[in-house]
Amino acid sequence: MHKYLPHTSQDIEEMLKVTGANSLDDLFTSIPKKLRLTKPYNIPSALSDYNLTKHMHDLAKQNQELIIFRGAGAYDHYSPSIVKALISRQEFLTSYTPYQPEVAQGTLQYIFEYQSMVCELTGMEVSNASMYDGATATAEAMFMAFAQTGMNKVLVSSTVNPRIIDVVKTYARYRDIEVIVTPDRDGVTDLEFIQKHMENAMGLIVQNPNYYGIIEDYAGFSDVVHAHDGLFIMNAEGQPLSLIKTPGEYDADIAVGDLQSFGLPLSFGGAYVGYLATKMKYVRKMPGRICGITTDVDGKRAFVLTLQAREQHIRRAKANSNICSNQSLMALAVTIYLSTMGKEGTVMVANESMKGAHYLYQELLKTNKFEVVYNKPFFKEFVLKAKFDVEKFEKDLLKDGILGPLHIQDNNLLFAVTEKRSIEEIDLLVRKVVEQK
Amino acid sequence: MKYYNKLIFEISKKGREGFNLAKKDLPEVKLPKELARSNKANLPEVSEFDVVRHYTNVSQKNFGVETGFYPLGSCTMKYNPKINDELATLSGFANIHPLQPVETVQGLLKIYHETQRILAEISGLAAYSLNPFAGAHGELAGLMIIQAYHDKRNDSKRNKIIIPDSAHGTNPASATVCGFETVEIKSNPDGTVNLEALKAVLNDETAGLMLTNPNTAGVFEKDIAEISRLVHEAGGLLYYDGANLNAILGKARPGDMGFDITHINLHKTFSTPHGGGGPGSGPVGVCEKLLEFLPNPIVKEKDGFYYFEDSADSIGALGLFYGNASVYIRAYVYLMTFGKESMSDIGLMAVLNANYIKDSLKDIFELPIKGHCMHEFVFDGLKDQSTGVKTLDVAKRLLDYGYHAPTVYFPLIFSQSMMIEPTEVESKETLDEFINIMRVVAQEAKDNPELVKTAPHNTIVRRLDEAKAARQPIVKFTDIK
Repeated sequence: MHKYLPHTSQDIEEMLKVTGANSLDDLFTSIPKKLRLTKPYNIPSALSDYNLTKHMHDLAKQNQELIIFRGAGAYDHYSPSIVKALISRQEFLTSYTPYQPEVAQGTLQYIFEYQSMVCELTGMEVSNASMYDGATATAEAMFMAFAQTGMNKVLVSSTVNPRIIDVVKTYARYRDIEVIVTPDRDGVTDLEFIQKHMENAMGLIVQNPNYYGIIEDYAGFSDVVHAHDGLFIMNAEGQPLSLIKTPGEYDADIAVGDLQSFGLPLSFGGAYVGYLATKMKYVRKMPGRICGITTDVDGKRAFVLTLQAREQHIRRAKANSNICSNQSLMALAVTIYLSTMGKEGTVMVANESMKGAHYLYQELLKTNKFEVVYNKPFFKEFVLKAKFDVEKFEKDLLKDGILGPLHIQDNNLLFAVTEKRSIEEIDLLVRKVVEQK
Repeated sequence: MKYYNKLIFEISKKGREGFNLAKKDLPEVKLPKELARSNKANLPEVSEFDVVRHYTNVSQKNFGVETGFYPLGSCTMKYNPKINDELATLSGFANIHPLQPVETVQGLLKIYHETQRILAEISGLAAYSLNPFAGAHGELAGLMIIQAYHDKRNDSKRNKIIIPDSAHGTNPASATVCGFETVEIKSNPDGTVNLEALKAVLNDETAGLMLTNPNTAGVFEKDIAEISRLVHEAGGLLYYDGANLNAILGKARPGDMGFDITHINLHKTFSTPHGGGGPGSGPVGVCEKLLEFLPNPIVKEKDGFYYFEDSADSIGALGLFYGNASVYIRAYVYLMTFGKESMSDIGLMAVLNANYIKDSLKDIFELPIKGHCMHEFVFDGLKDQSTGVKTLDVAKRLLDYGYHAPTVYFPLIFSQSMMIEPTEVESKETLDEFINIMRVVAQEAKDNPELVKTAPHNTIVRRLDEAKAARQPIVKFTDIK
């Protein structure tokens, strides 16, 4: 037998006797004969552990590890060793949804801590236990606004990451929700346009910092949205929130975003984790699991899933959302990261990223190979328009092991800098720019 | 387990640090005041070792698959091999940006493509997308595909999804999220589809039928060929909820049964860790005629080169990138450890284990569905109801004996459901010990029912006041008075 199957032939014989079946095949008589598979799957042969290890190392080598100046939703931040070590503990890794709270206090407690940290970062009143990613969290926030207002039109700023807009559109299409992408003005959301089109809209979705890295000023937005009884939804990636004005301070009704930058490896786009936080008055419209505090029969403090009458396993077709499994282990990674970096370290990572980004921006401008696109305050990402062949530039950079900026439109390039990028690496990138014709 | 109950915030001390960061010799950047937050987020201030000890203590309040037997029905709590974790987190996978040029990520795209192909072969379908993040997300993708298919044929009346009352709660919830109306049909006493009930609701508004096979009571739908014929004749599509695929590995394929669309829970059948409730992975697969609707982007191969492609008729993007990559790499490793030689033994041993427990306990627990089961089965509480000991009490008492409880009060078709799924990884000895403890609990229910009704007694906390948590929600640290 395979090493993951403990059955000896004697075991099988004895167990079959108890079941009254003559053979293993006898146990499958309920499957109609003509539907029974008669030959082995046409899949690869099994590999021994050692050969499989070699095979996977070979495959890993076919991916290039690069010096990364690209973001657009996934960021190359450092993760302390203890994050991976602690989330690999089997008690966290191999358990499931805390259906039996008496033996799942560990999971429930970190969910509570995670919710607390998300609320601290966003300035919101209540967070759920996690979402798949920032994009699906944004789509679910739209559904909350839909459920709250009954209106089937939503405004989305064009300064939101187009990948997020795509996911919002996918979700909207099947509910007959009209998505209106509102134009930007010099790289920031145009409030005037929104004022004109908020009539009968369920709400507005914006992003901060926006797709271009610009830190937008959303003062006054919530007044406009609320004047039309809509919900103000703000997508904000976690890390900048340690510095920038929070969704709570802008009176957003729902805050959503990705938390990958808090200790999760890039890992080709997943597994990441999204968050969704809101005001207490909308908690009953919230998707997903929420952990609360209670006491046991002896009066001991304990953690428990709460307000479950919103969820699919109770409400079925009337549930707020279909989400069941979420990204719990990734939420734990974020919680451990935020504990380790803490109140000061989180701010320092943000500052170091921002310093590097501003240094690169200045140095690039000095080369005279770029035009300024937006003259706006930015965080760790920014856009410049290249005066050279950007496709060739990308190839040249790869030769030196650099993943350059993302080509977004025309000759516009979206750069990202994290705290991991040293001055030497930044200078190397600038030298490569100087070489461009 | 020890009762460690401090929050990380409660061990925080001003001035303590757990990080070690380089400071670049560059000018500080000051944010304009109107764009900056007014106060720092009140995150903990702790040392690195504080964090390690805290989360180690927190972890010890959890029960994992490695702790003990975890017969949680419909969740397939099997062993999560260490080699999967090790190989899936190699730096050549972990440090790769999702927006790198395809020529720099050929290894990852190859894994994606191979996994798609293997899943397609195992389920008898044409192709898969690994983009959905979890089972329910795969369901949503599948339902969107159903809608997109009917839309493209201008068959716009079809807005109803038929779902048996024995289905997982995510099925009707996914249908609603996708904008469908759910038509629930009553099942036969064994949870299988009642053909008459199905015929009565099939019409030109039927978009499709969602089915789990074997169903949530562990019974194979023997009429599946007829069900498939009826649904297709009515113009609908047939959706397979892959939560229970483990049972039929090597024995039967959803595609051969007539299913058009499936999702597979990699965290169930293909052994990726459940992670306390995720990350999961719910690849969605389709038959030939639905290929064009798969979510974007799709990984393709030509002459040994792998690349992304978007389909114009796709349901669209389902996430920022391409699903939970670190999860499907683990599944790929698992698939390659079994290969074509041993894959079918998984289903065989899972089914044998379930039947062995069932037949060893059916004299004291009420077995509502007779005959052989598949990979799981349902008891409808204790046979002796005179003691007043309910399924919940038995479940809680099992915790005292160091077992995780089965899934309880699901499926909804029995009032005292106790759904047991041992999986194939458990030995006869483990099952024998469990069977013995189930007998001990049944005896306790007779001799000392109060003991069972007030269980658990040995866990770090005992029964919880759930109503209180909902009445006065405390959902973050600062809510604690």
